[in-house]
Amino acid sequence: MGLLDKEFSDGNIVIARTEDVLNWARLSSLWQLSFGLACCAIEMMATSASHYDFDRFGVMPRPTPRQADMIIISGTVTFKMALRIKRLYEQIPDPKYIISMGSCSNSGGPYWEHGYHVLKGIDRVIPVDVYVPGCPPRPEALLEGLLKLQEKIRNESIRKKISA
Amino acid sequence: MKKPEEIFEILKKEFPDAVFEFKNDLPVEPLIIIDPLSIDKVSIFLRDTEGLEFDTLMVLSGVDDANGEKIKGEDESESISGGTLSVYYHIDSIAQNHKITLKVSTPRENPEVNSVESVWRTADWHEREAFDMYGIKFNNHPDLRRILMPYDWEAGYPLRKDYKNPEFYKGMKVPY
Repeated sequence: MGLLDKEFSDGNIVIARTEDVLNWARLSSLWQLSFGLACCAIEMMATSASHYDFDRFGVMPRPTPRQADMIIISGTVTFKMALRIKRLYEQIPDPKYIISMGSCSNSGGPYWEHGYHVLKGIDRVIPVDVYVPGCPPRPEALLEGLLKLQEKIRNESIRKKISA
Repeated sequence: MKKPEEIFEILKKEFPDAVFEFKNDLPVEPLIIIDPLSIDKVSIFLRDTEGLEFDTLMVLSGVDDANGEKIKGEDESESISGGTLSVYYHIDSIAQNHKITLKVSTPRENPEVNSVESVWRTADWHEREAFDMYGIKFNNHPDLRRILMPYDWEAGYPLRKDYKNPEFYKGMKVPY
C-alpha cells in the first residue's frame, strides 16, 4: 500500500495511517553514527561517497550517538571495542537500528578460532537488525542491507518493534 | 660499516661477562646473545661508541621459545613449565649503514629484562607490547602497562604457547 494513494481531489490533503507516516519518515532518513572499525569501514566510506551515494537513501553520518538512528558495525569488534560500542548503542535514542557489516562483525570472521581478542559476533552485545555477509561486502551488498532494513522498518508497528 | 663479527668482537671485549654468544649459522641474520640484565648497558655502548653508532631500534619483539617441559592437563590442554622467553632487538645504524640483531633469553617463570627505553625511545611501546603478549617484565620501564589488551585482562598473556582463552570477559562469551 502506497503512502499517497488516498488523495483528495484538490491535492492539498493526503490521508494516511499514522503508523505508515512514522515508518516512512524513519526509514527515509536513517542517520548513521559516523563510526568505522576496520577494512569494512573503507567499503562503507565508498558507499557514502558519490559513486554509490548513501545519501540518496537518506543515510548520512552523524558524529554523535544522540543524533543518530543506526550504527553500521563495519569491521572487527575487539572486546575492548565491544564495551564502547555497547555504550554508544545505549546513547542512541529509540528507535535505533544496527546493521552488522561483514564476517567479523557477524561471527568473528577469520578470528573465529584463534582470535583471543575478538568478539565472535556483535550480536553477543547488542541486537542486530540486518546482517550483511562478505569480507568485506561490496558497496552494493551494503546498499542491499540498507534496503532490507528499510523494508523491516516499513512493516513496524507503533506498539512494538517487529522482529522479522 | 662493520661486519657482524667485528661488532661481536668489540662487544665481547667491552662486556666479557654480559655477551654470551655469536650465532652466524642461522637462516636469518646473524645475532648476538646477551645477558638480559645487562642489555641496557650494552645498548648504550652500541649507541654511543664511535664507529658503531646504532641510532635506530627497528623493532623489539618478544618470542615464546616453548622449550620447557610440556605438561598435559586433564582436559587435553597443554601447559609449559620451565624454558625461556626471548626478546629480539633489531638495531640499525643510519650513520654507519650497518645492522645487527641482539637476543636475550629469560626464564619463563620470572621473565625479567632491563628496559632499553632510555636508550631508544622506540622501545617504549614495543616493550609494552612484549609485556602485554608474553608477560616479560622490563625493569626501569617508565610505564609498563598493557598496550593492546584491555587493562583489566586477567586471563594471562595471549601469545604464550600455553595460553588458554577464558570462558567469559565482562559477560561476553569468548570462545566461538
